[in-house]
Amino acid sequence: MDEGEIRAGVIATLRMIAPEIEEAAIEADAPLRDQVDLDSMDWLNVILGLHERFGIDIPEADYGRLGTLKDVVAYLAARA
Amino acid sequence: MRTGVIRKSAAALRGAQGLADFEARGGAFRWEDVRARLEGLPGGGLNIAHEAVERHARGANASRIAFRFLRRDGTLTELDFARLSRLTNRYANVLRALGVGKGDRLFVLAGRIPELYVAVLGALKNGTVVSPLFSAFGPEPIATRIRLGAGSVLLTTASLYRRKVQGVRASLPGLRQVLVCGEGSEGIPGTIDLARSMDAASDEFEIPPTDPEDAALLHFTSGTTGTPKGAVHVHDAVLMHYMTGAVALDLHPDDVFWCTADPGWVTGTSYGILAPLLHGVTSLVDEADFDAERWYRILQDQRVSVWYTAPTAIRMLMKAGAQLRREYRFPALRFVASVGEPLNPEAVWWGAEVLGLPIHDNWWQTETGGILIANTAAMDIKPGSMGKPLPGIEAAIVHRRETGLDFVTAPGEEGELAIRRGWPSMFRGYLGEEERYRKCFAGDWYLTGDLARRDADGYYWFVGRADDVIKSAGHLIGPFEVESALMEHPAVAEAGVIGKPDETVGEVVKAFVSLKSGFEASEALRMELLGHARKRLGAAVAPKEIAFVASLPRTRSGKIMRRLLKARELGLPEGDTSTLESS
Repeated sequence: MDEGEIRAGVIATLRMIAPEIEEAAIEADAPLRDQVDLDSMDWLNVILGLHERFGIDIPEADYGRLGTLKDVVAYLAARA
Repeated sequence: MRTGVIRKSAAALRGAQGLADFEARGGAFRWEDVRARLEGLPGGGLNIAHEAVERHARGANASRIAFRFLRRDGTLTELDFARLSRLTNRYANVLRALGVGKGDRLFVLAGRIPELYVAVLGALKNGTVVSPLFSAFGPEPIATRIRLGAGSVLLTTASLYRRKVQGVRASLPGLRQVLVCGEGSEGIPGTIDLARSMDAASDEFEIPPTDPEDAALLHFTSGTTGTPKGAVHVHDAVLMHYMTGAVALDLHPDDVFWCTADPGWVTGTSYGILAPLLHGVTSLVDEADFDAERWYRILQDQRVSVWYTAPTAIRMLMKAGAQLRREYRFPALRFVASVGEPLNPEAVWWGAEVLGLPIHDNWWQTETGGILIANTAAMDIKPGSMGKPLPGIEAAIVHRRETGLDFVTAPGEEGELAIRRGWPSMFRGYLGEEERYRKCFAGDWYLTGDLARRDADGYYWFVGRADDVIKSAGHLIGPFEVESALMEHPAVAEAGVIGKPDETVGEVVKAFVSLKSGFEASEALRMELLGHARKRLGAAVAPKEIAFVASLPRTRSGKIMRRLLKARELGLPEGDTSTLESS
């Protein structure tokens, strides 16, 4: 899976929780949770959704490394 | 389920700032003794910001750290009391230059950034009433509250302004000025750059005379029906913030205190800003959202000694597992308290066994302004109980009758929790809604809307809400506000919203909607409605689940029977349906 496909999968997962997001409006380098309204529960559901979509375990200790869209894509790409 | 009592050792009790501290003269607790611990304004009167900031800035605590802000990137910004005094003076002067004066209302909408804390305290100095908004609200809850609160000035960040305020600004003609801070705050039409105004303002300010009964804070909360309610609190509430900081949170002068609540809610104001400052304690503020590893690291690296957090966060730490906890050491931590919703006994025991300290649950509401009932440091803990009334607080379990109140005397009998009026931080009104305020009282008693029981030892136990208000992650959500937003969608005929029990956040908002003819239920429409609600309400208020139903159960007078929706959701008996409209 290339980074473009991973990114598309991440956006699709985000949309399950926050259908209102506009992909073009997301800055890949800026903190994701400043741009997409996600409370703690939404965020945990996003992570669960990523785990289910990509079949990758995301341990709690790694959550802090998933700050931006770019971080999330890179994290998944390294493990896909 | 574990039962039993967590007993405190004699040594633990000796150090606690318990009741005894306020009953030193052998007599009963008196509010005058608390007042005597405060300074009062030099020219007479009482002002929260004077007690929280000036009293220390002009004394031995001047160079003590008041706030330690942990930024998202891990860097620290520290403000000592002297600097906090100068910054809040500047802010008060900024407001004054804008023509914002005593009794005017400032709304604040920002994350946990230094500018927000300076704004709240600076406005209080100016006699301006502060109303905090939660930054996870969407445009509609924000606009509704500013409108109801007749806010004339708003402080926010450039990013939040663009995303949540700009679009509704035209509907808020009373909002004369908007101060913006943070990245990109220069040159936004219709706003004033805070940093530039602060630079231009003097750092000297004399607090004008403030009466203890002058309004200081306006906190919005939600009821079952109608619009949000703006609970008005006065400067005299400072007595409560001070007393509870000592008795319920056991603050000692050398503590590092971490209140994890967001200042968009009452806990994050009373205890995230005011109480620690009143005690001259260093307060840690983390800008980032919950993250289990980050939080353990904060407890360890920042040497937090007193920690005030919430059941949802504790349960998320429990989920993260004991192994993660074992990777950190935080020997400085000595007292942990929780508020927001009842803390389940398992979580209290988890505290004792995994965290290393039992967790002290306590109870209060937006209307009460401060902690009223608590498991204190000087008490044995009954896991699952909210504790006992604090000094100066008289609580009762009552039944409302047409003739007045029936007081429950038998231990264990359920009824409504009531508090005898007269504590200093009691709300003085719902802004502009005299009738709604009056209905909260029966004679001398404030009726909390919470159902509870009291055991033979005098401990109180939460049972449930007497109304349909939803409590999610410790925040009250009014179903009507959510239903109204859903009804704005062209496909929705009617909407009924309930709190669906959830083991982590207490309740999640679940909406049932029926569709207008010509619309078909589908996954695509469900997602569209979810996005519609989130855009208007924000993540904190919008439903997490939406289900389509053919019709909603209503009473013959047309009210949606949310209780019945909830009973059906939970597979419970439907109870009394005698008022159900037959269809």
